[in-house]
Amino acid sequence: MITFEDVVKVYPGGSTAVDHLSLELPTGKITTLVGPSGCGKTTSLRMINRMVTPTSGRILIDGEDVAGKDEALLRRGIGYVIQHAGLFPHRTVLDNVATVPVLLGETRRTARTKALVLLERVGLSAEFAKRYPAQLSGGQQQRVGVARALAADPPIMLMDEPFSAVDPVVRAQLHQEFLRLQQDLGKTIAMVTHDIDEAIKLGDHVAVLRAGGHLAQFGTPRELLAEPADDFVASFVGRDRGLRSLSFDTASELPVKPVDGLSLDDAGRPLGWPGPSGLQPTGGAFTKEDSLRTVTDLVISSPVGIAVRVGPDGAADGLVSHHDLADYLASRRS
Amino acid sequence: MIQYLRNNSEIVWLALQEHLYLALLPVLLGFAISLPLGYLAVRFPRLYHPLINTFGVLYSIPSLALFVFLPVLLGTKVLSPVNIVVALTIYTVALLARTVADGLRAVDPVVIQAATAMGYRRLRRLTAVELPIALPVILAGLRVATVSNISLVSVGSLIGIGGLGQLFTRGFQLFYIEPILVGIILSVLLAGLADLIIVLVQRAITPWTRAA
Repeated sequence: MITFEDVVKVYPGGSTAVDHLSLELPTGKITTLVGPSGCGKTTSLRMINRMVTPTSGRILIDGEDVAGKDEALLRRGIGYVIQHAGLFPHRTVLDNVATVPVLLGETRRTARTKALVLLERVGLSAEFAKRYPAQLSGGQQQRVGVARALAADPPIMLMDEPFSAVDPVVRAQLHQEFLRLQQDLGKTIAMVTHDIDEAIKLGDHVAVLRAGGHLAQFGTPRELLAEPADDFVASFVGRDRGLRSLSFDTASELPVKPVDGLSLDDAGRPLGWPGPSGLQPTGGAFTKEDSLRTVTDLVISSPVGIAVRVGPDGAADGLVSHHDLADYLASRRS
Repeated sequence: MIQYLRNNSEIVWLALQEHLYLALLPVLLGFAISLPLGYLAVRFPRLYHPLINTFGVLYSIPSLALFVFLPVLLGTKVLSPVNIVVALTIYTVALLARTVADGLRAVDPVVIQAATAMGYRRLRRLTAVELPIALPVILAGLRVATVSNISLVSVGSLIGIGGLGQLFTRGFQLFYIEPILVGIILSVLLAGLADLIIVLVQRAITPWTRAA
């Protein structure tokens, strides 16, 4: 657990970057720090590995004050990923990843062997090992940056806008892989982002900061969307927060009606809705594991206003209409 | 000319060796002095301009004046090769300290920040990250310093020292073109060869500059 105890950072010249911040980042979870520029999120992150020294207050890792630790040793035990990856241009991909193990005293050979395994873990094949950073795309560089941060298997990872320099398609892909990786590794992660959608998508907990370094709200994404603490958080979270909050619940409880009127193939899979000019496509189907947001989207985009549920075998096993969905959402609220 | 070389091979060979020694020893000394100086200029930004300006002034002193003046300052004999070595070391430092400083200043701050966050201490970060990345710039400066030293050594012959330059003075005194030609050709070949060696070394130790 990483604990901020009444932390203040005032820069010379008098500007306050972080104003009496108290916060707990739980072990094994992703906590996102989100806010507009100038809210002190990066400064807060950098105080964890002592890249920035607080003016007052303490930062504890598992109860121990970081101020009492040797800077370099502390940092070798904390993974660090930054926006443009910050790879060492003079080292091959493999040696970039092997950096911290070598600093910790491992032989280059062992460090490289481990690095190769890690590269694969972040989705880069062995052929990238001998390349230099300048020969990689932005997304690939960022993967190497993550592998480098993970190389010494640190319990804590600090990530400063790790995915903001890549295009949206690559970013979505990196998000998926990052969450999958975290499911296996269970690191304690602090991630800074200015993008509320990213914060909500990736964070188990979200800390919303406002200009001047005040903590506006700390909570799970669901809490943030359902009960924003004030107008600032509400406007920051965005106008479609109601719709987005549906992402957190699955359709497992959603009642369905029997399949009727839908054209099916021999195996019971949906073919389409019969119409005056032949079959109209259903636009997709959902399973019990899909989110209510997916169902809502299907209902809206369906040509007949009805979403089709399918079982594990792909056979249609239920229908949900506008009315059914609205009734269900209303019943949830009461 | 071939005839001249054949008859005077010993003199020419000695002159060549002396020339090499007088030109390259200052390069090594100057490089060793420039590294810490250049680093200081980056580490303490307030020192950058005073240091760079001082070296700029030093570099503008005519070499002959320096050769003549140094014995007075150092208490060495006028004919001592130490004068040449010291003078050329000063020129090398004047050139290289700035190059080292500029090379180090050009290292991407994001990379330095990443190195710090990985847990590098200052000295190891300098030797393992900053200097290697600055190497292409530093080696470019080293090429200029080496070639410039090889040509400047000849000036020393005017005060009686100076490797291949002695072939020029001898030729002038005897109204004899051969030693002058041999001196010029060897001096140019030497400079070209030294430059080539540095380029080859650079290619070997900075393969990443040709990636991308």
